[in-house]
Amino acid sequence: MFCQKVHLMLVSMTKIRVITGVACLLFSLSLTSLQSLTTTKNGGQADTLKYPRTFGFGRTATLKEIAILDTDVRPDGKGLPAGSGKATEGKLVYAAKCSACHGATGVEGPNDQLVTIKNPTDPKVKVRNKTIGNYWPYATTIFDYIKRAMPFNQPGSLTDQEVYNLTAFLLHENGLIKAADIINANTLPKVVMPARDFFVPDDRKDGPEIR
Amino acid sequence: MPDQKGDKPLENGKKISRRTLLGGAATAAVVLAQTASGKSFQAALTKSELHLLEDPTKVPGVPPGTLGTRSPFEKPVKAPSDISSRTPLQDLFGTITPSDLHFERNHNGVPAIDPAKYELIIHGMVDKPMVFTLADLKRFPSVSRIAFLECSGNYRGAADGKITPQQLCGLTSQSEWTGVKLSTLFREVGVSPKSTWFLAEGGDAAVMTRSVPVEKGWDDAIICYAQNSEAIRPEQGYPVRLFLPGWEGNINVKWLRRIELSDQPFQTRQETSKYTEAIGGGKIRQFSFTIDARSIITYPSYPQKVEKGWIEIRGIAWSGRGKVVRVEVSTDAGKTWKPAELQGPVMDKSHTAFRYLWNWNGQSTEILSRTVDETGYVQPFLKDLLAARGGNMGYHYNPVTAWYIQNDGQVLFKAT
Repeated sequence: MFCQKVHLMLVSMTKIRVITGVACLLFSLSLTSLQSLTTTKNGGQADTLKYPRTFGFGRTATLKEIAILDTDVRPDGKGLPAGSGKATEGKLVYAAKCSACHGATGVEGPNDQLVTIKNPTDPKVKVRNKTIGNYWPYATTIFDYIKRAMPFNQPGSLTDQEVYNLTAFLLHENGLIKAADIINANTLPKVVMPARDFFVPDDRKDGPEIR
Repeated sequence: MPDQKGDKPLENGKKISRRTLLGGAATAAVVLAQTASGKSFQAALTKSELHLLEDPTKVPGVPPGTLGTRSPFEKPVKAPSDISSRTPLQDLFGTITPSDLHFERNHNGVPAIDPAKYELIIHGMVDKPMVFTLADLKRFPSVSRIAFLECSGNYRGAADGKITPQQLCGLTSQSEWTGVKLSTLFREVGVSPKSTWFLAEGGDAAVMTRSVPVEKGWDDAIICYAQNSEAIRPEQGYPVRLFLPGWEGNINVKWLRRIELSDQPFQTRQETSKYTEAIGGGKIRQFSFTIDARSIITYPSYPQKVEKGWIEIRGIAWSGRGKVVRVEVSTDAGKTWKPAELQGPVMDKSHTAFRYLWNWNGQSTEILSRTVDETGYVQPFLKDLLAARGGNMGYHYNPVTAWYIQNDGQVLFKAT
């Protein structure tokens, strides 16, 4: 806004000051582009306009050190490592490293229920717990999360092979893939998650409406 | 321990000691005392000497120390569970939460991070991926702001009314946060104009991750290294955390170690299977970052018992969308509402203290408070919130909270 005013002022200047005007105009335009890049609704960036182009603090990150930390997996599969897994193999890993917290079949707990109960016989089971099968919108999240944070008592200790196997096992237990299906960087992003279409972005907005 | 010229109580009693001077009777208390020459020591006092303590003008006080302490008569504590710990809202008077009483929510404990080895790496859709040490971060232009931080899963009720403000909504606290604006670092690494989201990752045992819109990073995000003027407490993310004013606690990633710029959200476990809420019609709301306007009366509240006569109703109000412009109080179960007095300065996205002077006639009633923020939002009743969300409870519950006052003065929680 401020820069636009300066701009108009300069344009209206007399020819005598054209050279100065052009120089200022260029300066003004460069400020404008910087501001449009960084100014947002709270106007928080106005005070950074006087900042130098770079402070020169910090150092360039190497590809190697980025690779060590960059284990995240996106819904499109970006970040998934080489390798593959199968439900039958995952069942063994699950029994050894996961069942103590999540139950023998992923239903019993005591911690998060991972598998949807297929045919609840107990009439008291009214609350539909959130599981991978009925709530998780993306299959890639399973791989990402197990790899970074599980098992709870030994986070980050599983091999990519184990994580692929576990991912396949949990998808199969939830009825989302067949027992023989191979889960890898190509197949995992394509697994259709039933809850995917339930998810909507935040529909609340500023103002009096209660949502 | 070397003998300090007879000032120290001695076991053999051969030298003159304070203890022998005082009679050498059974120890009833230990206090810090000071000699005429300025040396301090712990003096054992007998029961008969305790009366001296009743008159602090008759005994030398505690000498200056290296760290301040709470009065031993004051014992505010957080209320911990396995995964979180709640601020004792009912024990606080102002709006800055003492750092050791700030609420906690961890996903696999508090990590021990050596500040000398700490690094923040920023990569992805940037011109120049970079690594910043803690010292690097502190060299950049700094910014401080006072703001609340609230977990979006912060509403509990109790059918019998026996629930304190701490148990009810103690997952909100306020600090002055200091650090470098994320926008400053964004400029340093050259964030691509095509980047729309970034991943924030913690260095804890959960390696916590959340996706954040890049716009918020340019707007008012802070990479914080200080809380209430000192280094951030370990429970709050030492040495560095992300702070996003007005946004749900979970996304303010603690122990921040990595930021990755991207052109789509990462759909992490926290933003899919958690921190999403059913809103009716089979829909699940996602990326609901902003904390809606809210208030809570912290006095009087359960388990207090009040007396007939003048009562200053006190509480806090806040909104993640901006400033609180008005707090209304009802002392007749919601039939009529009167404006409460706001304690200035009222700050953006901050806990704001409110007060309302009331002369209670001793008849049972309900007292309530509701916040109106600068966007015109009025804090809703629980039933209205439930109706708007298809009957679902979940995250982002900010209902008006009522306190029922019985004839005998006993205060109990009541859902609205």
